[in-house]
Amino acid sequence: MKQLMLGNAAVARGLYEAGCCVVSSYPGTPSTEITEEMAKFNEVYVEWAPNEKVAMESAFGACLAGKRSFCGMKHVGLNVAADPLFTVAYTGVNAGMVIAVADDPGMHSSQNEQDSRHYAIAAKLPMLEPADSAEALAFAKAAYDISEEFDCPVLLKMCTRVAHSQSVVETAPRQELPAKPYEKNIAKYVMMPGNAIRRHPFVEERMARLAEFAETSPLNRVEMGGTEVGIITSSTSYQYVKEVFGDSVSVLKLGMIHPLPQKLIRDFASKVKKLVVVEELDPIVENACRAMGLAVTGKDTLPLLGEFSQNLVAQHLGGEVHTGKTLDDAIPPRPPVMCAGCPHRGLFYTLSKNKCTVLGDIGCYTLGAVAPLAAMDMTLCMGASISAIHGFNKALGAESQGKTVAVIGDSTFMHSGMTGLANIAYNQSNSTVIILDNSITGMTGHQQNPTTGYNIKGDPAGKIDLEALCRAMGFERVRVVDPYDLKACDTAIKEELAVDAPSVIISRRPCALLKYVKHSAPLMVDTDKCKSCKACMKIGCPAISMKNGKAHVDATLCVGCGVCEQLCAFGAFQSTKKEG
Amino acid sequence: MKTKNVMIVGVGGQGSLLASKLLGHLLMEQGYDVKVSEVHGMSQRGGSVVTYVRYGDKVASPVIDKGEADFIVSFEVLEAARWLSYLKADGQIVTSTQQIDPMPVITGAAQYPEDLVNKMLAAGAKVDALDCLALAEQAGSSKAVNLVLMGRLSKYFDFSDEAWQKSIEACVPAKFLELNKKAFELGKNA
Repeated sequence: MKQLMLGNAAVARGLYEAGCCVVSSYPGTPSTEITEEMAKFNEVYVEWAPNEKVAMESAFGACLAGKRSFCGMKHVGLNVAADPLFTVAYTGVNAGMVIAVADDPGMHSSQNEQDSRHYAIAAKLPMLEPADSAEALAFAKAAYDISEEFDCPVLLKMCTRVAHSQSVVETAPRQELPAKPYEKNIAKYVMMPGNAIRRHPFVEERMARLAEFAETSPLNRVEMGGTEVGIITSSTSYQYVKEVFGDSVSVLKLGMIHPLPQKLIRDFASKVKKLVVVEELDPIVENACRAMGLAVTGKDTLPLLGEFSQNLVAQHLGGEVHTGKTLDDAIPPRPPVMCAGCPHRGLFYTLSKNKCTVLGDIGCYTLGAVAPLAAMDMTLCMGASISAIHGFNKALGAESQGKTVAVIGDSTFMHSGMTGLANIAYNQSNSTVIILDNSITGMTGHQQNPTTGYNIKGDPAGKIDLEALCRAMGFERVRVVDPYDLKACDTAIKEELAVDAPSVIISRRPCALLKYVKHSAPLMVDTDKCKSCKACMKIGCPAISMKNGKAHVDATLCVGCGVCEQLCAFGAFQSTKKEG
Repeated sequence: MKTKNVMIVGVGGQGSLLASKLLGHLLMEQGYDVKVSEVHGMSQRGGSVVTYVRYGDKVASPVIDKGEADFIVSFEVLEAARWLSYLKADGQIVTSTQQIDPMPVITGAAQYPEDLVNKMLAAGAKVDALDCLALAEQAGSSKAVNLVLMGRLSKYFDFSDEAWQKSIEACVPAKFLELNKKAFELGKNA
């Protein structure tokens, strides 16, 4: 049946049809929906793991046991999972294993713009790269066949535009496969030096066989359209090339991005006068062509940064560039903000008020860095807040420890905050860590995690007790505050910064967007009482603005959290709740 | 048929994903090749969001670029103005007259430009502006602005009323079907 399907859903459909049995992933935009869609299939065991490394190892265990497995993550997640990746490349698999990695050129929702294709090269693994949903489905299935034929995990590289665009797919029934028998094989699966030394030649020989496979695989195809210009491209860049030039240029469309089909590339190059590589981010294919001694252009004009588009391709390669009308007025930007009623707001207001140095982390609460709160000094990667505050305080001692905090979300803490906390407990820095526990993984769209008590299907699951965990690590000072209560936040932060001991503050209140969270009636402003002091504007609530010189609450946004009410010295905020 | 382009723009959380789902379903049912490109993740948190819907015999790029949109459907006036350069020379804007202050305006760092609808008209754009929020509330929920806008947009297409109704039924939960159908009608007939 033909249907419109999100690229990530199409990956899931392909995995499902190929008989995938076990999925373990950590959410990360733009990869999350692959795993969420898999969770809708009852034939597949699907879980959110605490982080990508655990997820990949869990998926590896499943393939070792003989069932086709999958693990999905965003580009920076692959950094976390790089350790198992490089050695799974040596052991190979039993049943097939597919690893999806979703890049985010343009950084719609990421802290960097790294190009995951480098990992395929570095780990010596095959990588497939679909250009639309139909290919996402087909390549996911093909990836399992390659995985089992060549005895290696296969990387499936997505990008935001393929992951988050819908296009037409045709679905097929699921193929049920018997489990491959598990057989003990110390030489293959126990990667100590003596065995790994003997596996490395296999890895190199496998790459040579994969390169041969790439030469004739239908994953790569040539679309001849004249002999003037030949463009080598893949993924969404292929779509932009087709949009601009249609069939008027020749295209070598790569579906397998590593290893490259060198003979096919040479043959294609020999048929065209001018060879161009169109690829987002790094010049990986282009450099490979150069290393082959081919005359090629690409990044001499095309950018290393951001996403491409049809206009960008047209502008650099000589197509028709479209333009439109503009207004003279400056259009103010509309950056993402913490939602009205976000539990992080009260906490960040308190940190701002106390002029704290705030070492931040990855999640919705990174928006605490945005004006007017501007209460963040650093954000690096998952878990870095806790590790970095330790180093910061070790470097500065008394100068910093009385005013510096680390902030980290519940899911990020589970992901890679615990090891940093262990370092504080072990090497004893006088650091204050604030766990922003909103009972969900927020930014990626509400995924469960080990602290929420529910699994990916919403069924009851194990629940890690944050207080008990921190105490077990040796923290004697662990306290919980409600971030809607500004006074309690202020007291907790002042006291924990003052005390000469490491401490953990758990700022606990569920995300205001969670369906089970009951909202209070919206507030309204008594304009007679409002003195236009703008104290309420310091929290950056999107529901509050100044109208005709007085504070005004947008009742469609306000959830009645009452943080603004606590800032008003004149009692101007009132509930709209009707008496009785 | 040459590819046609519809952009749906607004503020994160306003319901543009349902609008694009509905449009995608409708266009598929009409037998077109369709691509819909969405925004997920951080941009959704109250930020400016844009969804691209493209249809025709064969659609290549998943995105719409400057000067290419046949329609810009906007949940908010400033967002219509922000994406104006994406409109084709003879393109049509369908916008709600709702104004939502972005954070730089709330903090006083920037001004919300005045009279944007007239300025867009003066720039030569065709603009159909109506108070979709009031119509949605009239239908029973402020969240139904998306269906009001889809109703309004339907006037510019030749698809049968039945086709629209069928797609609404396919994309909207049964519990909210009547409300959404009413919102669609109010937008169409306003």
